[in-house]
Amino acid sequence: MASEPHSSREGSVRTEDGDGVTYVFFSGTLGLRDLPDLEHTFATLPERDALSLDLSDVDQIDSSIAWAIIDRRRLAEAAGETAEVIVHDPAIADFLSTVEADIPRTQDQPRVPFSLQDRVAGIGEAVATLGTGLASFAEVLGLFLSRLVQGIVRPREFRLTALAYHCEAVGLHAVPIVALMSFLIGIVLAFQGASQLRQFGAEVYVVDLIAISVLRELGILLTAIIVAGRTASAFTAAIGSMKMREEIDAMRTLGLDPGHALVVPRVLALVLMMPILGLIANLSGLFGGLLMSWIDLGISPALFVTRLIDGTDLSNVFVGLSKAPVFAVLIGVIGCQAGFSVGNNAESLGRKTSQAVVTAIFAVILADALFSIFYQELGL
Amino acid sequence: MTRVAGKVPVIEIRGLRNQFGPQVVHDALDLDVYRGEILGVVGGSGTGKSVLLRSIVGLQRPTAGDVHMLGVDMRHASENELDYVSQRVGVMFQDGALFSSLTVRENVEVPFRAIEGLSDHARVALARLKISMAGLPRSAGDKFPSQLSGGMRKRAGLARALALDPEIVFLDEPTAGLDPIGAAQFDRLIRDLSTTLGLTVFLVTHDLDTLYATCDRIAVLAEQRVLVAGTLDDMLEVDHPWVRDYFCGPRSRAARGAIADQQGQG
Repeated sequence: MASEPHSSREGSVRTEDGDGVTYVFFSGTLGLRDLPDLEHTFATLPERDALSLDLSDVDQIDSSIAWAIIDRRRLAEAAGETAEVIVHDPAIADFLSTVEADIPRTQDQPRVPFSLQDRVAGIGEAVATLGTGLASFAEVLGLFLSRLVQGIVRPREFRLTALAYHCEAVGLHAVPIVALMSFLIGIVLAFQGASQLRQFGAEVYVVDLIAISVLRELGILLTAIIVAGRTASAFTAAIGSMKMREEIDAMRTLGLDPGHALVVPRVLALVLMMPILGLIANLSGLFGGLLMSWIDLGISPALFVTRLIDGTDLSNVFVGLSKAPVFAVLIGVIGCQAGFSVGNNAESLGRKTSQAVVTAIFAVILADALFSIFYQELGL
Repeated sequence: MTRVAGKVPVIEIRGLRNQFGPQVVHDALDLDVYRGEILGVVGGSGTGKSVLLRSIVGLQRPTAGDVHMLGVDMRHASENELDYVSQRVGVMFQDGALFSSLTVRENVEVPFRAIEGLSDHARVALARLKISMAGLPRSAGDKFPSQLSGGMRKRAGLARALALDPEIVFLDEPTAGLDPIGAAQFDRLIRDLSTTLGLTVFLVTHDLDTLYATCDRIAVLAEQRVLVAGTLDDMLEVDHPWVRDYFCGPRSRAARGAIADQQGQG
């Protein structure tokens, strides 16, 4: 505020159209709240040769009003009018000149609208980003493999405590959600399968349907998707926040290798835990199917089990579980890599975390499709 | 360098108590801040300087005691009264606390968006004015906070705190982490702004140079209360071990000498 309030008179602005001159009289205390009205007043001033802005009755103005007055005077001068500002109070005059000195002179550069060239450049950039993303994935994968081999050759460098901790976090803690989800999938399959197969009187084949789809595909795929959601994001957030606080740089200066300390325990824990989680998912999916077949179709548990053992080839189980380590490596490496690429602000941490989840799920599904083709060709 | 501060208190704190679990940070703390002055709050680490700032501006509910700011009882204030106060108070947080998804200019525009009927042109121009008042180059306005140095982020935080022409500005360690040249510039900036805009400044600091260069009055936090509040000369006569160590230590003597030199030359 420019001066002490003498009394808090309401501010007001009055215009008078004199002979060739527009007078604007300001009075009282004027602040930012009065600016919208003042702007309106200024915008609707009649065009005359001269403009007089009279502040002699003003008690107090703030910097926004000062800016508006100076801005209007400059506008008038640019249009070739004569403009004067009348001030009596030296404090307000000082204040006006201080604000005027601070108003940046240069004009805004007009914004260039999006051109075709920008769009093409954008596509190119996205492709290049994809390339660097793949390269850094390969880098972290290489880091994991080389440190894993080093850890085997020199067991002293191996972090057993960290491995156990991560096994608990990614494995044990994921059991309830994985089991529940798979159980529900088993129920859904039995229910949907039964209503279709009943039309042909082939209800008993629901066992084959459940067994093959759960054991071969759904059990492990859905487990991997859940793990991608909860673990890839956790890896990215943990490593990313360490990166933000320069902890990873600190580790390097202390001679600790981030590969040994951060990547190997996490990814290896996933590789060890994923088949177990997949097995749990398979069992609870079959259990859900069994329960639903019993309730809905009257297929007794004994019949279900006999049918399951007779009708389903054991290779289905191995085909399903053989994908687990691959999914585990994909999820773990993508999570760690996203963590390492976090910048030094919180915003990039959030962006990288959600990106890690999306990429991990996509990679898992892509790999699953490739596996299908591969096993089809092998005739398994 | 001491200005005639009209002895009108804008902040009155009586019997303030802040407690976190068993840990008592403030107990029976009294403090007045007068209109137009720059008050520096000092104290050792963990004496609750930032907690004091937060309880005054209402970010931290005190366990007991009263805080009156601009005549409003902050503990029993209605929504409208709190609005009234928040329009007249600006806070600069330690690292600027800028919104990271917005450019500096957009950050400074945020308080203006609450003003109904303000045109885009005025909002942008006023934001540019505040950025320039805080001593930032024009080009800084289009950058994101993560692209700025620590000192520039602090200036941008100050620009946002100054947006609505507040009567009181709270500054939390304005010069911490700045190089000596940047810190001295910031001290001068605070001094200049307080003179030209008639600001009341509540300044939490560790920086002795800032105290000597800018503050009209100093309040020392120790033993869970304001141990003493007064001018710098008053501080030198206080007989308390911490105050003596603080104001008569080697760093303090150096800072005082530097200021005396400057004044001698000027």
